[in-house]
Amino acid sequence: MSILAPGRRTRPDRAPAVPPPAARRQPWSLSRGAVNGALVLATAYTLLPLGWLLSAAAKNTGDLLGGRGLSPERWHLGDNLHALATTGDGIYFRWYLNSLLYAGIGAVLCAFVCVCAGYAFHVYAFRGKEQLFGLVLLGVLVPTTALALPMYLLASQLHIVNTFWAVFIPSLVNPFGVYLSRVFCAGYIPSEVLEAARVDGAGELRTFWSIGLRMVMPGFVTVFLFQFTAIWNNFFLPLVMLSDNRLFPVSLGLYAWNTQTTAFPEYYPLVVTGSLLAVVPLVVAFVALQRHWRAGLTAGSVK
Amino acid sequence: MTRPLAPRTGAGPGPRTGAGTPAPGPAGSRADRPRADRPSTARTAGRRGAPALLLAPFMLLFTACTLIPIGYAVHLSLYTERRSGLGFGGTVSVFTGLGNYTRALGDPAFREGFLAVAGYCLLYIPLMLGLSLLLALLLDSALARARRFFQLALFLPHAVPGIIAALIWMYLYTPEISPVVGALDTLGAQPDLLGNPLPAVVNIALWEWAGYNMVIFYAALQAIPREVLEAARVDGAGALRTAFSVKIPLIRASLTMVGLFTVIGSLQLFTEPMILHGAAPAVTSTWTPNMYAYSAAFDRNDYGLAAAASVLLALTAAALSYAITRGGRAGSSRRAKAGA
Repeated sequence: MSILAPGRRTRPDRAPAVPPPAARRQPWSLSRGAVNGALVLATAYTLLPLGWLLSAAAKNTGDLLGGRGLSPERWHLGDNLHALATTGDGIYFRWYLNSLLYAGIGAVLCAFVCVCAGYAFHVYAFRGKEQLFGLVLLGVLVPTTALALPMYLLASQLHIVNTFWAVFIPSLVNPFGVYLSRVFCAGYIPSEVLEAARVDGAGELRTFWSIGLRMVMPGFVTVFLFQFTAIWNNFFLPLVMLSDNRLFPVSLGLYAWNTQTTAFPEYYPLVVTGSLLAVVPLVVAFVALQRHWRAGLTAGSVK
Repeated sequence: MTRPLAPRTGAGPGPRTGAGTPAPGPAGSRADRPRADRPSTARTAGRRGAPALLLAPFMLLFTACTLIPIGYAVHLSLYTERRSGLGFGGTVSVFTGLGNYTRALGDPAFREGFLAVAGYCLLYIPLMLGLSLLLALLLDSALARARRFFQLALFLPHAVPGIIAALIWMYLYTPEISPVVGALDTLGAQPDLLGNPLPAVVNIALWEWAGYNMVIFYAALQAIPREVLEAARVDGAGALRTAFSVKIPLIRASLTMVGLFTVIGSLQLFTEPMILHGAAPAVTSTWTPNMYAYSAAFDRNDYGLAAAASVLLALTAAALSYAITRGGRAGSSRRAKAGA
């Protein structure tokens, strides 16, 4: 936060200078520097911690705890990766695989379920539709952590606590995804196209499957991306539901390792390197799918 | 340049009204109904069955994972476990009415948790809204360059799992490890970053969410019609004046929505303090209401108390959401009246 203060202060001094046209050139160029300078400072604030993670992942325990800088002769990224792969019989990569399963399959199914519902809300008129939609939107406002405890107790009555399903099934639900899907359907699927399909004699589900779903695919990817992130990042639900560490997702596994660090400092590089690897897929996804998260946030912003 | 990609619905404020685009339907599914027997009855049945079939998976999951747990939490919060008879032979559930609620509210640890979150909100929400709005306005000004790069770079922390963000910052707060603390030490300042949990947690949350909210505000700013800004310029409004008198009022709906989600997120504060709990003694195991509920359930197996705490948390969230959407709507209608 404090890094940003200078940028903030300089701006008001200079920005209001909207001078008479003759004197315009000089102050404007100054203020261009202030605007972009402030943005650069903000970027430093967001990126430097990630840079630290990158450099820290190449340090061994001694260098990490000694706060020593990085140099080629003290480059231990390979050792850290090796330790990561061997500690606890390679449990880290098992967690990684679990996360990929929870988040990958979960997000595909969730996006599909949301698009189905969003499509139904957009295309059809039925009694109580807006009331039902309102109920779904209220679901957005329920604190998810307040649901975790009753869900745990229900799951324990169903004897699915500490199984894959206990984490997987709740992560298929995303009321906001339904909202987004409805907005996307309204934007991407012209009703004339659906009408044409009907005239051609296509059934309702067939129309949805081969026309509606195809046309709203960008929306599907957006919901998938946000849900993938949400499941990958989820910590509270697995913490509540799972005790068998072979079922842990990466987030919970790193948490468990981190609680060991006070007693066993050699876990520090493991946590740091493991964190770095856990961030990589999401960063790649967000860089590759920029159009989609922008679209999702835009749809949210104009509602 | 970055034309809002997503379709716009009606520009109504508030989460519900805006979405209520009265879907014109498949051009007359309703009009068809009176003469349903003409095309083919099977098709009309299909038309009625299709929405049910498409909605069923979501509604089923929504019922199982949201509605039933809410009901169950309320139910649980009204009962308490008592050891039966001589203390062996298990426990029995006894109805206590609002007993768990009075117990939670009577517990100083729970009240302090609410106070901690209230303090957190007071510090975090103005900073968050101010920072993300400022960044969005900077990016939206004609002077900004490399907009796509800045947007991506500022957004990127959102791709970092909350638990890892908390871990990174915890290490950056820890004196032996952190280059930041080291640098401050050489400057003569002796910061105790872990000793003040409130700013420490606020900073982590700001880092995670400022860019995300900035993108929302930026998208809303980009959607402002250019003529409006042109008119302001012709009237002689400078950049700052335009920002405060034109741009910010016009993106009020986004501000309300972000404010709403920020408040709901803040009330659920759990992951970040849970990580700091190990390193900072000031962060107790019941530092926030959510941590209180967690520790009641899993350290003490007092499910009734935990459920009551969760319900109180959800009620607070509901009350605040209502107040915020109300405030947002009232504000915009007042403005509309003033403008007319």
